[in-house]
Amino acid sequence: MEKKIRVLVAKPGLDGHDRGAKVVARALRDAGMEVIYAGLHQTAEMIVETAIQEDVDVIALSLLSGAHMTLFVDVTKLLKDKNMEDVLVVGGGVIPKEDIPALKKAGIAGVFGPGTPTDDIVDFIKKNVKK
Amino acid sequence: MYNKKELNRIKEKKIDWEKNHYSKLVKIHPERKDKFENLSGTEIKNIYTPEDIEHLEYNKDIGFPGEYPFLRGVHSTMHRGRLWTMRQFAGFGSAEETNERYKYLLEHGETGLSVAFDYPTLYGYDTDNLLARGEFGKCGVAISSLKDMEILFDGIPVDDVTTSMTINGPAAIVWAMYVANAENRGISKKIIGGTIQNDILKEYIAQKSFIFPPEPSMRLIVDTFEYGFKQVPRWNTISISGYHIREAGSTAVQELAFTLGDGIEYVKAAMKRGLDIDKFAPRLSFFFNAHNDFFEEIAKYRAARRIWAKELKKLGAKKTRSLLMRFHTQTAGCTLTAQQPEINIVRVTLQALAAVLGGTQSLHTNSMDEALALPSEKAVRIALRTQQIIAEESGVTDTIDPLGGSYYIEWLTDKMEEETYRYFDKVEKFGGVIPAIEKGFFQREIAESAYRYQKEIDENKRIVVGVNDYKTDEELSIPILRMDEKGEQRQINRLKKLRRERNQSKFDRNLKRLKKAAEGDENLMPYILDCVHGYATLGETCDVLREVFGEYKEPAIY
Repeated sequence: MEKKIRVLVAKPGLDGHDRGAKVVARALRDAGMEVIYAGLHQTAEMIVETAIQEDVDVIALSLLSGAHMTLFVDVTKLLKDKNMEDVLVVGGGVIPKEDIPALKKAGIAGVFGPGTPTDDIVDFIKKNVKK
Repeated sequence: MYNKKELNRIKEKKIDWEKNHYSKLVKIHPERKDKFENLSGTEIKNIYTPEDIEHLEYNKDIGFPGEYPFLRGVHSTMHRGRLWTMRQFAGFGSAEETNERYKYLLEHGETGLSVAFDYPTLYGYDTDNLLARGEFGKCGVAISSLKDMEILFDGIPVDDVTTSMTINGPAAIVWAMYVANAENRGISKKIIGGTIQNDILKEYIAQKSFIFPPEPSMRLIVDTFEYGFKQVPRWNTISISGYHIREAGSTAVQELAFTLGDGIEYVKAAMKRGLDIDKFAPRLSFFFNAHNDFFEEIAKYRAARRIWAKELKKLGAKKTRSLLMRFHTQTAGCTLTAQQPEINIVRVTLQALAAVLGGTQSLHTNSMDEALALPSEKAVRIALRTQQIIAEESGVTDTIDPLGGSYYIEWLTDKMEEETYRYFDKVEKFGGVIPAIEKGFFQREIAESAYRYQKEIDENKRIVVGVNDYKTDEELSIPILRMDEKGEQRQINRLKKLRRERNQSKFDRNLKRLKKAAEGDENLMPYILDCVHGYATLGETCDVLREVFGEYKEPAIY
């Protein structure tokens, strides 16, 4: 049997808008992935620590507060420091289009804005998972 | 409401119509769907007639505005007497930038202020706290001390304009800053008016900006109730909110039931303290969402008024004012699309109209660009103009509760009330709201509804214009609000200066006294006011309480 893709869904920072993160967590689970939902108020250190412990293939970040340029990038920086660039990082939330190129450059492979069908996220992960 | 004979004639006629007209046509031209359902999953019939509301007694169940059970409105003149307060939720960056936005809004005809705070402020952290990283001013204004509050309201007549503040965990402290600022400007706290959200139960349920565990949080809230009716009598010391429950994905019925359930919980907590219900209940206010299903939203507000009046009466309230479900409305942020953002103006118009027809006391209309970022000046002006058009041009304000008596609206109002009581029973079985939160009941209910809604969109069972149908390839071209990058450093410098210049021994003494009071059971408001007056920061004051009360960690459920 093919190994299930393991995904950590996390909300970095203080933002409490968790509707999207929960919906995505469920959609990924329904698509056959193993989902670890870290929940709210995660620091980059906490997220990366959980990613190591749970040996995940993917980290899915969600943020609606507008702090994505700092908080998403904190996570990819830390992954780089730990030589964990084989973990696929995706992010979603209220993200202006102008910010997307910089996020991609910083290692957020997929950025999903409002109105994204959950299937698009599932497909993207399946296609791009590195491990 | 109808005599038996007349009702029988209507029933006979309806059977005839169904058989000889309706069914025949449906056979040739089937309807668009097999089943019509509203957003709460309630099946909607093809037509409503007097038969659907035959059980209602006009004077008892519907009545007149300003009279029990207040179904048709809380005042006897409603919008004929006074329009709702046009109150745009606003805040970003530093106190200076937001102060400018408030003046802009007031200049353009806004009639009340509403403060959006950034995340560090909502969690009781100062801007220079490590946990505040990246969040300064992002989705609201950063207020770390009385100094910031002074700047935020500089040049704004706080004795005249009312201010609503969306603050929960640290509500008592931020309110104290507002009161202290007014006092320092020589304005008596007896005359200032406004609202603090201060609704912690829905934070655990949906919005998630909590600090302390339930028990001390409820204590702080009751402290504000008591201090409010004694010292700041024109202040609404709570805004019991369904808005965030709905935004988190609940249905309209869940929003209605969970919000009123929370309200009853607060009343019980205050009565347990020994407070007189007729003293604090008149200062309880509400906050609802205005989502897409036009009639369902109107029925929701009407049902809320009747249920609240009934429940408060049961709890022993005697004064008319205690029974009034007065509410603010905000159009549903979660319905805004990033695709074709201009069409959000139309969504907002319909939602705002529902709120007005539902008898709102205060209204925020979202700006078209809010699925992308905080609103630009132009976008927010259009949103405000939308309210002004409804108020001045549409004529819907000329009579009270114009949809009252509609067979459909009255039926739906009743139905939503019935379902609300079903939820009350469920929560009762958990042993009340707090045990139900701890067991994840509300969180699961909401997550379930949110997922169902998304699935329906993904599967094209529910159409969202511009998202899963009627799409265009047009490039997005609306200007996005960008903030002053230097604001954060300015704020940090201000904090440093404040800590350096304040009277340190007085500061130490104030915090020590607050800690001691928190360990006992006195009302904390006077102690908090002393701290704030002495320029203790929000973070420093909250830290004292965190030390005594501990912090809440939520069960992660999806």
